[in-house]
Amino acid sequence: MGSPTPVLSVRGLTVSFASAQRERILAVDGVSLQLHAGESVGLVGESGSGKTTVARAIAGLLTPDSGKIELDGTSLTRRSRSDRRAIQLVFQDPFASLNPRRRIRGVLRELLHVHGLASDPEIEARCVELMSLVGLPAAALDRRPAAFSGGQRQRIAIARAIAVEPRLIVADEPVSALDVSVGATILALFDRLRSELDLGLLLISHNLAAVAAICDRVAVMYLGRVVEEGPRAAVFDDPRHPYTRALLDAAPRLRPEPSEGPRIRDEAPPAGARPSGCAFHDRCPRAEEICRRESPELRAVDGQPQRAAACHFSNEPHTGGRAR
Amino acid sequence: MTAPALEVRELALSVGDRRRRWRVVDRVSFAVEAGRSLGIVGESGSGKSLTLRGVMALTPAAVRIDAGSVTLAGEELPLHGRRTRVARRGRLAMIFQDPLSALDPVHPAGAQVAEIARRVGGRSRRAAWVRAIELLDLVGIREARRRAHDYPHQLSGGMRQRVMIAMALASEPAVLLCDEPTTALDVTVQAQVLDLLDSLRAELRLALVFVSHDLAVVRSICEEVAVMYAGRFVETGPTAALLEHPRHPYTLGLRQAVVDVDDAGRAPRSIPGELPEPGQLPPGCPFNPRCTYADDACRHGTVELESHGEAGRAVACLHSDRVPAP
Amino acid sequence: MTTATLGTGALRRRRRLSLHALRRFPALTAGLTLLFVIVMAVILAPVISPYSPNQQNLFHILAGPSWAHPLGTDQLGRDELSRLLWAGRTDLRVGALAVIFPFCFGTLVGTLAGYYGGWVDSLVMRVVDVLIAFPFYVLVIGLVFIVGTGTRGIYIAFAVADWVVYARTVRATTLIVRESEYVAAAKVGGLSDVRILAGHVLPNTISQAIVYIMSDIVLVIVAVVTLSYLGLGVQPPTPDWGTMVSDGQEFLTTDWALATLPGIAVVLVGLSLSLVGDGLADLLRPE
Repeated sequence: MGSPTPVLSVRGLTVSFASAQRERILAVDGVSLQLHAGESVGLVGESGSGKTTVARAIAGLLTPDSGKIELDGTSLTRRSRSDRRAIQLVFQDPFASLNPRRRIRGVLRELLHVHGLASDPEIEARCVELMSLVGLPAAALDRRPAAFSGGQRQRIAIARAIAVEPRLIVADEPVSALDVSVGATILALFDRLRSELDLGLLLISHNLAAVAAICDRVAVMYLGRVVEEGPRAAVFDDPRHPYTRALLDAAPRLRPEPSEGPRIRDEAPPAGARPSGCAFHDRCPRAEEICRRESPELRAVDGQPQRAAACHFSNEPHTGGRAR
Repeated sequence: MTAPALEVRELALSVGDRRRRWRVVDRVSFAVEAGRSLGIVGESGSGKSLTLRGVMALTPAAVRIDAGSVTLAGEELPLHGRRTRVARRGRLAMIFQDPLSALDPVHPAGAQVAEIARRVGGRSRRAAWVRAIELLDLVGIREARRRAHDYPHQLSGGMRQRVMIAMALASEPAVLLCDEPTTALDVTVQAQVLDLLDSLRAELRLALVFVSHDLAVVRSICEEVAVMYAGRFVETGPTAALLEHPRHPYTLGLRQAVVDVDDAGRAPRSIPGELPEPGQLPPGCPFNPRCTYADDACRHGTVELESHGEAGRAVACLHSDRVPAP
Repeated sequence: MTTATLGTGALRRRRRLSLHALRRFPALTAGLTLLFVIVMAVILAPVISPYSPNQQNLFHILAGPSWAHPLGTDQLGRDELSRLLWAGRTDLRVGALAVIFPFCFGTLVGTLAGYYGGWVDSLVMRVVDVLIAFPFYVLVIGLVFIVGTGTRGIYIAFAVADWVVYARTVRATTLIVRESEYVAAAKVGGLSDVRILAGHVLPNTISQAIVYIMSDIVLVIVAVVTLSYLGLGVQPPTPDWGTMVSDGQEFLTTDWALATLPGIAVVLVGLSLSLVGDGLADLLRPE
């Protein structure tokens, strides 16, 4: 994109946890990504891929072992209050992400007040405005979360996130707990707010369809590493990593197409039991000897700077690309 | 003509207390033949899970079965009283969305399957254990002999779901009811479980009833589908035909809300408004406040499910001919 | 149909907190009613008791019930009813006041220990472990011996001995609430720890402590009565149910009312507080 400084720049992010057996488990291993203002990036991965850990590290909820996280070019180590405003998080479970004992108005007022975003006479008007931005009536301000459905609670969570006027929203599986039709509404809301408020959006999901709907770029994670990234259309039409291919094959479709190649088997190994060489080789239909020995680097595909894949065979096009 | 494996007629459930009761499942009827699958699709709150629970006579305390009949291969099953459990044992089984809560955490997986094989199948302890390993293998758990000793918390979500399927199969049912079994699973695991259910359906000639809020999932495993709204079926028919050209505006809305990975870049279109709560249904067709085609006729009087043109399709809509292909 | 239309939909019906709600919680209603009657009776003791509690009438000792003395008189001719009411004032007051410090201190300490973990938590838990190791009465009696008898001694003894249960309960709930997503959202939102603790953690953890207060007051009142019975608590001439029981002991075979009526009073107070506690537990559960 050769452009202004990205809003968010993550380089070499590494996070590990102590397991119950006192070993260190590597949840995120050298992840890098960038996001520009108004851009939406989808981070795709299944359980154990480390995507939620990436989200929490970016949002400042945990300290990474190493790596740089930069906001508008400035490194974020100790976050001040205004730093915290810039990156907001929307969580997966709408029933757990709102304080059951607080009314909505109180939660929004508190944020506006603490960050000095509205003077006292203006606060109420701003709360009403936030509600209308997410499509809820002003009467919602008087209620507690229990009065709302899942979709409505997610809207409230989004209102809470945009109340502090962030530069970037990280949404961690925001529609996974919702019906598909309700989720569509929420995704549309994200998309609209992104363009209206010039926000960056990092959408994390295991569901490719959600990412397909509103993301410009896609990065796919497996066992703590990014295995493929690029513009959404290019990656979906012509995936260059077998795992991406497997995700695309596995996605249920309304118009079924014959799937290429065998389904991958089993499930990802637990984070502590990473296979040697390429982490995916034990499940990969394309695996060869080199895959067991050597872990492939994330390299540009076909010489294009915007696309990259971590596979020894990434320069082979996906046979039988899907017609659009 | 043999009776269908499962036939449900005019099933009606209501919820409430002594003073007020509201219908949550309103005269639902369907039939499934052995070896075939029916999907029931609808949003949360449409009554689809309760329908399955009604068929199993496993409803929560506040829910009452008001009317209807459930027939298994021609034999009617009781919906009330103490015989409901016994009558369904070995004939009807159900799997649920959250395998973690369906499995007992203090017993190993194999033991839970074996227990059912023993009690329902009348096997000895040893024979039941052997059968349990067979079933765990059948559902695709590798190294079944070893994993049978694992406790539920040692198993991943996908494996727990497979164990639950094995438990359901242990009673050798003719009909398997599935209540959103893959909703909580990652997409690759979901694909594996759906493949498994489909092959079991074919191999064991099971009649499958699959409830989901996800049209695409239903599309991949069900030959026929019924779309449910506010407690009633609003459209039924063969899945492919129904999705290609829906005849009910709600089905069209559901269809447009789904983004196929192949259609990337098309923003999903949502249906305005929300599903009404039971007891807050509008007069006339329950969908009318959210419907672009609604007119006065829709707001008064009832709209029934009627067959529509092509074989096997039925719609509950006065304007079904105006609904376009998506 | 427009794209991205933002539907709103009906909000769930409000749960009205009103008299109708009281009917749904019979335990709470019964408990509150009984408690109200008792509290009113002791508050109005100066007004409704026919005699002063210390007024002796040596011509009418150990009298049975009569129009002049509805519950009879004790061994010094003092009116039993008046003594019961005035003793209630003392015991209820001491009981209620004695739990305040343990509640506040225990909740505070438990919250900090649960939220911050680390050395704060370890320190607090070790202290709690030590205090819990002592049987409650042993600890209280020991403290009263050290600090001195009388109501002052009671307050200090309970301040030291009683806070631990609050701390443990609140700490346990705090550990859970600390991991919740709305607390994470508050942190991401840039709120200070104080605000998070006061506005997001405490409202969700304190209900258990509040319910426990009810049973704690019963415990404290019984302990006060017991201490007074042993001569270590409220000192005469201040009337108190415990001293009434110990005084009435020797007359158990002849005038059993003297020792049993105060005991019944304690039971009624305990019953009403238990009912209120149960009712509160139901009421405070988030919908």
